[in-house]
Amino acid sequence: MGVTALAPSSADDPLAYRSVALVDLLDRVLATGVVITGDITLAIADIDLVRISLRALIASVGALAPPDPEAAP
Amino acid sequence: MTTTSDPVGDTGTAVWLHGVVAGTATPARLPGIAGTPVRAVAAAGLVAVVSDAPLSEYGEAALRRNLEDLAWLERAARAHHAVVDALSRSGAVVPARLATVHRDDDRVARVLVERHDELAGTLARLDGRAEWGVKGYVVPGATPRVEEPDGGGGAGAAYLRRRRAQLTAREEGQRVAADGAAAVHAALAGYAVAARRHAPQDRRLSGAPTAMVLNGAYLVDRDRWDGFAGLARELAEGHPELRLELTGPWPPYSFVAEPEAEPAWA
Repeated sequence: MGVTALAPSSADDPLAYRSVALVDLLDRVLATGVVITGDITLAIADIDLVRISLRALIASVGALAPPDPEAAP
Repeated sequence: MTTTSDPVGDTGTAVWLHGVVAGTATPARLPGIAGTPVRAVAAAGLVAVVSDAPLSEYGEAALRRNLEDLAWLERAARAHHAVVDALSRSGAVVPARLATVHRDDDRVARVLVERHDELAGTLARLDGRAEWGVKGYVVPGATPRVEEPDGGGGAGAAYLRRRRAQLTAREEGQRVAADGAAAVHAALAGYAVAARRHAPQDRRLSGAPTAMVLNGAYLVDRDRWDGFAGLARELAEGHPELRLELTGPWPPYSFVAEPEAEPAWA
């Protein structure tokens, strides 16, 4: 099978740049190593940022997602 | 700053950290998280690239709310990434995780001083390298079919045999795909400076028609990028049970933490 190449950071191709998939981006900006914890985000560190955002993502695809009783506020 | 005594209030301005670069770097005039240009906070020979973040939107309570809002999250992730990505083009950067917010510049400078050795070491480790992503999806039907056994018995027995054969074929397909993913990851990791496996993306999020079995990230030296892409193409040809997808170059988001700190996915 083929390899599909994307260039999310290609300086000379703004179209390719815009094609960065949100889910790939969130894998990286949320799920990766935390070297520095901010003052304010320290206060919400008890909540897993990744879990929050995945819940938001899954909610966004609405009907496909089964209701999660644990997620009720 | 008026916020020091009221960190969770919704007035005033906090400081959003995009990333840390070497002290010699000067960040270009880029728009930050809330649109105002990024600034440099220098201390201990390092530069933190930050931007103003109004507490009404980036304070603790507001962040809790906003991180649940996909439209907000996407805008923030893309704005943050745009700065980190631009920084990564001109040199090594230690990207900050999304939503790293400090009360003021002094707090950021204190972090640079306190964490100097670790940050400088990470910058040195990431210099001249970038991250590439390789995802692998199951290709249905790429594995040999399990022959349906011919046997006696009534319609019920035949149904059970057929059902068992289907389940066996599916399990076999999943096993072959998982083995392929492990082999592809091992080969790519052998070529890269460092590697890690993220959790596979849920199909509801990836939008892919089949299951993801590999969500790998690879730190690769700049002069080996072409070779890495070539290796990915070779592996795709050698593994018809997988559809591979290559993305990059990314800023080294997945390699900020030391290898020991990696989760059991690796």
